[in-house]
Amino acid sequence: MGMRKVAIVGAGITKFVRRAQETGKELSWQASKMALDSCGITLDDVDMVTLGTAPDAFDGVHMKGEYLADGAGAHRKPYMRHYVGGGTGVFSPIHGWMHVASGMADICLVVAEEKMSSCQPHPQGAFLTIFDHTTEQPLKPTLIWIFALEMNRYMTTYGISKADIARVSVKNKHNALDHPSAQVAEEITVEDVLNSETLCWPVNRLDISPASDGAAAVVLASERVARRLTDKPVWIDGVGMSIDTAYWGTRDLSYPRYVETAARMAYDMAGIKEPAKEIHIAEPYDPFDYKELHHMEGLMLCPRGEAARLTAEGYTARDGNLPVCPSGGALGVGNPIAATGLMKVIELFLQLRGEAGKRQVPGKPTCGVAQAWGDLMQMGTVIVLRS
Amino acid sequence: MKLEDCKLGGTHLKSSDFEKCKVLTTEWTPNLGYAWDNGVAIGRYLAELKEGKIIARVCHECHRIMIPPRMFCELCFRPTDEWAYVEDTGVVNTFSVARVNWDASRRGPKEPPLIPAVIEIDGATKGMGILHMLGEIGPDDVKIGMKVRAVWKKPEDRTGAITDILYFKPIRAAASKKPAAGRKR
Repeated sequence: MGMRKVAIVGAGITKFVRRAQETGKELSWQASKMALDSCGITLDDVDMVTLGTAPDAFDGVHMKGEYLADGAGAHRKPYMRHYVGGGTGVFSPIHGWMHVASGMADICLVVAEEKMSSCQPHPQGAFLTIFDHTTEQPLKPTLIWIFALEMNRYMTTYGISKADIARVSVKNKHNALDHPSAQVAEEITVEDVLNSETLCWPVNRLDISPASDGAAAVVLASERVARRLTDKPVWIDGVGMSIDTAYWGTRDLSYPRYVETAARMAYDMAGIKEPAKEIHIAEPYDPFDYKELHHMEGLMLCPRGEAARLTAEGYTARDGNLPVCPSGGALGVGNPIAATGLMKVIELFLQLRGEAGKRQVPGKPTCGVAQAWGDLMQMGTVIVLRS
Repeated sequence: MKLEDCKLGGTHLKSSDFEKCKVLTTEWTPNLGYAWDNGVAIGRYLAELKEGKIIARVCHECHRIMIPPRMFCELCFRPTDEWAYVEDTGVVNTFSVARVNWDASRRGPKEPPLIPAVIEIDGATKGMGILHMLGEIGPDDVKIGMKVRAVWKKPEDRTGAITDILYFKPIRAAASKKPAAGRKR
């Protein structure tokens, strides 16, 4: 397509915490500086900066992109903030990829930040206005409703039980014990999930990721620059995105078609014909446990309705055939929305370089996929990385 | 690089940090008001709800009868062609049993859970559903596929809002079967 090869050459991340002492700007600075240091460059080497961050309503700061610019290292550089709901974090490196692949930049700093704790008493309240203001908001919906509605439809369509789904939460919280940024890593059982508070049946407390503060950053470079900066560049071989209608009540809620569309776009670009065989490691978005299963199916990593069975068989464990969320995911590491997606991309970066420490999956993986999802369950963003 | 070898930022604050005034915060509660225009399609939809009717729009290209109604078809990307009344009955596509309010506060022990649902409206194209509530049914008796009918506010109380429908109730009293194990709501 006449586009240049783009590599990830550096990464930075903060701890994910329920409420951080640092401002969003300070968190952005911590992640950005760490990313630059990790590949031995300074801000002077950076041509362009992109920043991902989710609703302004979390922060109560309008123009959040501009507010965070200083922390993201954007001073007097071409800079743009992007926002596609929960899909933001994986869109962030796609946005940076556009700048480098097109030839506009040789080095692009990509930052993703979220500070949800400022919104009181709970950031859930900020989600009321994502629903249609006339036909839905008067019914006083919470975001958990639509996940509960989707989860019920998914369970019913394929005959999956809550216990089948709870295994995802157990696995991811376990995996997160080895992640230095993790907020809610713990050893729990399926029974713990089923016995946790019922919020909106079928969704219980431990089916859901927490609200979090945190930031992450990566450095993208063109091929020529990447080879100068590192012996182990990780290539962005495919990117894809797709949005479905906001009339979410008129969609098939049992299958994320928009994720499939985004995945096909990314796989075509990466030359992937059989994703289940060619992809070694996956980081799908898991803000709710059933979403990991839903997204594995949308990413065509397994047949529809089969993801729960594969999870029960250990297929998706860190030492399974297809490790899924070896980082610990949103359910274990935490879910500062935009930063979560980029955390997943960073996990693939480290795994493909063999630098994931105790989280390292066996078998020297060379190809990984990360995915995020958001808005009214309508946005899919997908990225394919290869070592 | 290994994350394990890095000193990571992000300082976790505990409730006690605030109680002991170890950290200071600045608070602001916005007082913003909005008046949302209902638009052409939804304006008519609401006016019909006030009359106790549900109206849809039809696209002559894809032949969908669409609810909520819209003046353009997002698939064909052309104007929709005509209005069509649909039934005030439908089928439960999916539902939840909510013990949480919109702001994440919990419903009190004496407040019954809310049962939001996607209801596919009879007369609209298959799969076309709207978000609404179910009523006159216990949480353990709701089933996907159940037929339901709108329960309207009294005509004099209607304001031209989605809440002119109070909720949807089962058309036939559901047989109260024991819920399957692990399915307690």
